Parts: sequence; C-alpha cells; structure tokens
Amino acid sequence: MLSVAITHRLGSFTLDVAFDSEGGLTALFGRSGAGKTSLVNAIAGLFRPERGYVAVEGEVLTDSATRTFVPPHRRRIGYVFQEGRLFPHLNVRQNLLYGRWFASGAKGGSELDQVVELLGIGALLTRRPANLSGGEKQRVAIGRALLSRPRLLVMDEPLASLDEARRAEILPYIERLRDEMLVPIVYVSHSIAEVARLATTLVVLSDGEVAAIGPTAEIMGRIDLFPLTGRAEAGAILATRVAGHDPQFGLTTLKVAAGELRVPYFDLPVGTALRVRVRARDVMIALAPPQGLSALNVLPGTVTEISAGDGPIVQVRLDCAGEALIARLTRRSVETLSLTRGLRVYAVIKSIAFDQHAFAGATPAAASADAEIADG
Amino acid sequence: MFFGFSPDELTAIKLSLRVGFWAMAGSLPIALAVAMLLGRGRFWGRSLLNVLVHLPLVMPPVVTGYILLILFGRRGVLGAFLADYLGIVFAFRWTGAALASAIMGFPLMVRSMRLSIDAVDRRLEAAAATLGANRAWVWLTVTLPLILPGIIAGMILSFARALGEFGATITFVSNIPGETQTLPTAIYTFLQVPGGEAGAFRLTLVSVAISVAALFASEAIAQRASRRAAGL
Repeated sequence: MLSVAITHRLGSFTLDVAFDSEGGLTALFGRSGAGKTSLVNAIAGLFRPERGYVAVEGEVLTDSATRTFVPPHRRRIGYVFQEGRLFPHLNVRQNLLYGRWFASGAKGGSELDQVVELLGIGALLTRRPANLSGGEKQRVAIGRALLSRPRLLVMDEPLASLDEARRAEILPYIERLRDEMLVPIVYVSHSIAEVARLATTLVVLSDGEVAAIGPTAEIMGRIDLFPLTGRAEAGAILATRVAGHDPQFGLTTLKVAAGELRVPYFDLPVGTALRVRVRARDVMIALAPPQGLSALNVLPGTVTEISAGDGPIVQVRLDCAGEALIARLTRRSVETLSLTRGLRVYAVIKSIAFDQHAFAGATPAAASADAEIADG
Repeated sequence: MFFGFSPDELTAIKLSLRVGFWAMAGSLPIALAVAMLLGRGRFWGRSLLNVLVHLPLVMPPVVTGYILLILFGRRGVLGAFLADYLGIVFAFRWTGAALASAIMGFPLMVRSMRLSIDAVDRRLEAAAATLGANRAWVWLTVTLPLILPGIIAGMILSFARALGEFGATITFVSNIPGETQTLPTAIYTFLQVPGGEAGAFRLTLVSVAISVAALFASEAIAQRASRRAAGL
C-alpha cells in the first residue's frame, strides 16, 4: 500500500526511516524534532530527500536511484496540516471543492454531501475561514483533503494547535474517517493518548530512526519502549466490550478477556467494543485476591516480564488471559513481593483511573455502533 | 463662465486620462512579472534588476526623459528600429507621453506589488499543490487573489503618478497641444501667457479632483480586497 524509505541529513541530525503500511491508520509517533514532519513532507512531495523511495499503491512517487520525483500536485496525497492552511480568500464550500476540481478526472472518493455530513460542517459552508473556530477549521481542512480524491491521507499533528476540548471534538471524526472512508491515513503525533486511540499501526520514531513498528496494542504493551512512549502516560491497551450499566452507582461494566472492569458511566449501548488504555502507573499488583480494598477492578494474571535496570522504578508486564497489562512499581515492591516470571498475581486498577483519556475509542470492528465516547 | 472649459483645456484633460490609463495598463503585466521575479526569483543580476527598476524614482525626471529621447527618439537605437519595422513611434506623440509616465510610475507599481507578494503565506501555495494544482493554477487561484490588493494599489499609484508627470514628459515628447500636452504641461503653459491664470486654476481643480478620487477609489478597493484576502 505505502512504502517509504528516506535518508536525509539536516545539520547534525540524520533522518533514516523506512516503513511499510497496509492501510488503516498508521501513526508516526515521536518527540518534537524526531523528523516526523520532514518525513510526511517527503511522502507528499513537498520536500525532496537526499536519498529516498516512496511508493503508494505500487506507483513509485520518489526514487532517488532512478531520479524519479513526482511533483506534489500529481501525487494524489491529501495533506491535513497542523495549522489547517485554509485559503482565506475562499469560503468553506470553495475551500472544500478546491481539490475536487483538479481531481475531476479521477474516479472514486467521496462526494461533498457525504464529507459534509461526516464532518458535521453543513452549517459552515458559506462562512469564511477567518470566522471559524480552530476545531471547525481543522474539520474543513480534513474535508478539503478528502474531497481531492486522495489515495493516501497524511495528517501532520492536526490537533496540536487545538485545546483539549477542541481535540475531543475532532477525534471522533478522525475515527469515522479511519473506519468509514477506507482511505489509508498516515498520522503524525507526539501525543500517546491520540495515538492509542486512533492508530491501527504504530511507528515509533526516535533520533531520526524507527525504534519500533507494529500493531498499536503490541507496541504499547512493550515495556522496553516505555522510555519512548512516555513513561507517565504509557500503558497497555485492552480490547473490551460494554457488558452492562449500573445506574445506581453510575458505573459501566466492561468485559475483558480476564474478567470485568467497572469504570465511570459512559453512555454507550451494551455490546459496543472499546479500546481502553490502562496507564501503567494506575496498576498495582497483589499476590492474593485483595480484601478490604476500595479498588473495584481486580484481574488475575501471570508475570511475563520485569524490566531490567537499576533505577527505582520497574515495569512489570502481566499476561491477563492473553492480553498484556503493564504495571509500574518501585523496585522495592518487586523485591518485597518476590515477583518473578511465571508467578500468578492479581492486578488492581482503580476505577477512577479510567477517565476519558483512557478510552482509546471504538475499535474498527465496532464502527457501525458509531461510538463517539471521548467527547464526553 | 468660470467652469466652462475651453476646447484646449478639455483636450488636455482627456489626453491626460488617456495617457494615465495606458501608462498604467501597459506597465501592469511587466511590473507584475518583475515584482514576481524580484520577490520569488533567485538569479544572477537580481540586485541589478532591482536597482534598474528603482532608478526612475531617484533620478531627476529630466534625466529620465533625456535617456528616453536618446533611446526612443526617431534616431534613437530602439526608436529607429521600432519605427522602421513595427511602425511604432514614441517621439513627440501621446504614446511617448504614456511611455514616459509608465517608466516614472513603474517603481511605485513594482514596490506596491512586491510588498503584497512578500506577505503571501507560501504554505498556502504548498497546500494548493497537495490538492492537485500545478504551479500555474496555484498562482492563478491562490497567489493572485492574495496579492490583488497590492496590484490594485500599484495600479492607482501608477495612474496618479502618470497624471502628475511633468519633467520626463516635457523632455521626451515636448508640450504639443492635442498630442502631448497633459494637465501639468497645460497648466505650465497657461501660466506662461498673460491672462492664463483662470485656465490654469480650472485645470488645477480638475487635477486635484482626479487625484482625490483616485486615492479614495484605491483605498476603497484595496480595503475590500484585503478584507477578502484576510477571509472576512
């Protein structure tokens, strides 16, 4: 589908990245200055790397070996920029249709009505970009890119310039894009919460190189990558399904492979599939089923890995009926409990830990349920 | 009758407007190309071109007129060629007055356009490219609308400069009633003859009125265009 290999020197920094993507949403995750923007600019043809190879759907767009370089306007790669970049002299409708006009020869893709409905921008069509909020601008920018009939959509930190509330407003639309439009997306982000929620494939970049690539849950569950995925925010992803609601206490029960989780109430139909990110710092470990404890969630599991190193903090990876769960403990606790690989233990998670940031959004399988939970 | 214009005066007014219009219209495409070149181009001789464009602004107008006479006179290098092969004559014709005015207004026009070209957010052009627009379309649909206020302001400045042009015009094409006698030269002529003050005064009022109207129009158009470009 998408195949990228870029080598480029920028001063003392060298970008040397290669990855393939087979559709879905591929997140390029890394700290600021990891070369993420240069990478997507190279994919879109806005930047010509010293050495590089970019192919989409089998068509070679950049190949320094054969001096191939297709200019950006012939690549059919939709680009959603961090700052929107709407044309100020055109209204929303004209902005949306701008790329459509140049793509009139191409087939397929989505129609204006469909995109307007998907992004909820029907009321904005006659407005000018200067009169839109940041979130509205970004939705229009997404629509504009979609309507140019792209083979691939690249999004460069589309939420970075927005505040928390605006982000929550847009995330569900990007999920719908991923699940309904079937356009492959390359999504650049330095927010682990966004990536956990959106990505099907995760590419972790560090110092201009690919540190890891794989399915999101697998990468998020690797404790050796914690320094890169952000120690405080990192955590495993569990696949769950809404099992029931408890209106008396305002709780929702989620079914996971190893048991049940009780979390603050979310208005979702029973049976909806959810991805839940459990931050490692919210997980405690007990040797026996705990008694007299306020935490509501206890999952049995087996210790599969304990991170190496001499630091005071240790990551412990558990296998809970086939799913990975990661706990962040002190080295002292690990020694007190004599945790070793293969030991049967109980993971304890406070319900409160499941705030809205923990919810990684509806999985592709549940797209029809139209789950938009995180905008609360 | 104080406000009854004599035929000579009417001729001067009409000629001035014609000269101003053609000076503006003729230099528009060249000025736009030069402004784009100076704003975007990276080539050898760029600063030389920049100096050349601004020369009429700082040289005495008489010098500019004299250079035009040398180049475009009947026996001038370019003048002889144009007259013999294309039948275009500038010397002592209204076209010469338009040429002199165009040259004098050229730096003003280019400067005004340059300012707006430099202010264009080039990231918008990159965005247009990712949406499928080639360079020509990007220029037509993004760059041009965004620099329109500067273009209009430049046109008005050039037109106003043409109406006021005196030194280069009188040196290059003289002061021939009905052919090269524009408002300023007509006023000058009136002041040279006894009893000409009334005519000079009437033409002065016309000059002032045209200038004020031109400035108001440019202000209004430029404001509308920049509001549009800013997305309001």
